[in-house]
Amino acid sequence: MPLSQVWQDLDQLFVHAKQFLLGVLPEPWRPWASMVVTIGVIAAIAPAIMMYLTWIERKLIARMQNRFGPTRVGVYGLAQPLADGLKMLIKEDIVPRGADRLLHTVAPILAVVPAMLVFVITPFGRGMIGADLNVGLLYFFAISSIGSYAIFMGGWASRSKFSMLGAMRAVAQIISYEVPGVLSVVAVIMVTGTLSLTGIVDAQADQWFVFTPWGLVGCLMFFLSGVAEVNRTPFDMPEAESELVGGFHTEYSGMKFALWYMAEFLESFAICAFTVTLFLGGWHGPNIPFGIVAVLLGMIIATGSRLPWPVRVLGAAAMAGALVLWGRQPMPSWIWFFTKTYALIFVLVWFRGTFPRLRVDQLMGLAWKFFLPLALVNIVAAGLWVLIPNPILTWVLSTTILMASAWLLVLANKPAPLARRTYVLAD
Amino acid sequence: MALIGTGVLSGMGVVFKTFLETYPWGRVVLRTVGVKPTNGLVTVEYPDVKQQHAERFRYFPFLVYDQTPDNLRCVACRICEQECPPQCIHIIMEKDEQGRPVKNHGRTLPKVFDIDTSVCMSCRICVDVCPFDAIEMDNTYELSSEGRFTEMIYDKQRLLKSDEYFHSIHPEEAAVVDQRLAAKKAKAAPSAPSQPGASPAAPPPAI
Repeated sequence: MPLSQVWQDLDQLFVHAKQFLLGVLPEPWRPWASMVVTIGVIAAIAPAIMMYLTWIERKLIARMQNRFGPTRVGVYGLAQPLADGLKMLIKEDIVPRGADRLLHTVAPILAVVPAMLVFVITPFGRGMIGADLNVGLLYFFAISSIGSYAIFMGGWASRSKFSMLGAMRAVAQIISYEVPGVLSVVAVIMVTGTLSLTGIVDAQADQWFVFTPWGLVGCLMFFLSGVAEVNRTPFDMPEAESELVGGFHTEYSGMKFALWYMAEFLESFAICAFTVTLFLGGWHGPNIPFGIVAVLLGMIIATGSRLPWPVRVLGAAAMAGALVLWGRQPMPSWIWFFTKTYALIFVLVWFRGTFPRLRVDQLMGLAWKFFLPLALVNIVAAGLWVLIPNPILTWVLSTTILMASAWLLVLANKPAPLARRTYVLAD
Repeated sequence: MALIGTGVLSGMGVVFKTFLETYPWGRVVLRTVGVKPTNGLVTVEYPDVKQQHAERFRYFPFLVYDQTPDNLRCVACRICEQECPPQCIHIIMEKDEQGRPVKNHGRTLPKVFDIDTSVCMSCRICVDVCPFDAIEMDNTYELSSEGRFTEMIYDKQRLLKSDEYFHSIHPEEAAVVDQRLAAKKAKAAPSAPSQPGASPAAPPPAI
């Protein structure tokens, strides 16, 4: 791949850049260099994504609470993640007396590694996937469930009641929510007939799965189970700060604490990315010319009143250049993927801004009494979708089944009205 | 299940409206949809933007002088020193070698007049008890410093501020004080021009 062709296609820009890099090297080195480049890119991008997820979360949640969020460090608080990282790095690392030092150290690492490993099989764009495993989905569930070991390990090794309680809650919750999470994806596997994530994305070229009855239900269940699995509000029982100080990471400080947060944010990102991949069409999107985006971005950068003027001029010039180079090409696949993923991240923050924490029995009830039966019904609906060729009939049938069962489940789960208590002694 | 229902969605709608209200473009969006936006952001970014405080806002006392800094109204009577609840005022009268009070503009005057900012509790009692309206409340509030026994003790030079300044920060209060001083002057002028201020009038009524 000559250098002049790398710039031609915006959609394949990164793929071609990698091919160009590999082309420089001699033939026998290429497979190894390919691995190194992929691993290096993922290892470099994951912390960057995490750092700016914290910024995005703080900014959005602040706006939902009528505040500004970080504004002091850098323009729009953009340097805040760097300052936080530096602070975390130079903080004292405290291990409680009597704690298991080895497990206390290993636990946060064990939490971060799976969260980063998941990025290997995330299809970021057309051809932009670290390793296209034919059992990609299985790999995702296998790897992401290691996180619960890490959480329990951390809680146990801390030798603290709060940590222990948080860890036990976490394990109960994560294992409960993995069941409906996996079962809601079974529908996707049945329809596409593949476990490969590239195959699943390709199957959604014509119709995103979320626009089918079973897809909508599956998407909601997968996303909500995912929210519960990564311990985010409103399912943040394991680190309920008003009850458990910090839950499993009560006794962590400094860089280890930052690692816990890194794991949590990367897992939230992964959940959003996989909801996009499995149900929201992955990197597919409507055929919009890239020029529109370039113009919009250029206008936003040029009118950003707090940005220093060289940034505004350069940003606008870069966008004008992009418009000239790639203006007529369709929107690149990776922009679609990241747009959808960050939209879901916004939904996560939106949940956090809206909902109070669930009670333990409500949390478990939602998983076992509502999601699990509904996921099983959803498999039936997906089966009908595959079996019945008539599109109208299958739409009507599967929608009816799902709506009826959801309604029945709501009715069946209604708590029995409690008898009015009378306090004899009080009268 | 209370979770399934429209309540969840309407709650999310409220939060999204609040989110949009904080952005100018969001307010435009809300107006086009037909929702009346309120002013979302109430934060005043303090060091950059300062809130306009009310006229009656007070923080720390200062000494008033007329025309020139040596013509201060204080006669070092030490009433405020004794009345001060946290006892943050320290006054020594100006005296000559024989121990007689020095007079300037026909009045005794303080040699030392210190107020400890870190002890002062902004109660305004010194202002209420002063018979000469010589001490008034200032409205500056950025007084923090590192010198606990140097910069945070305000001496006479730093406490002295002109009557014009008093008029500029508390015009309403200053007008009342001026009226009272004028009345006192009119009463004192025909009888005894010899000792102005030597017979303190009744404490001025609290404003």
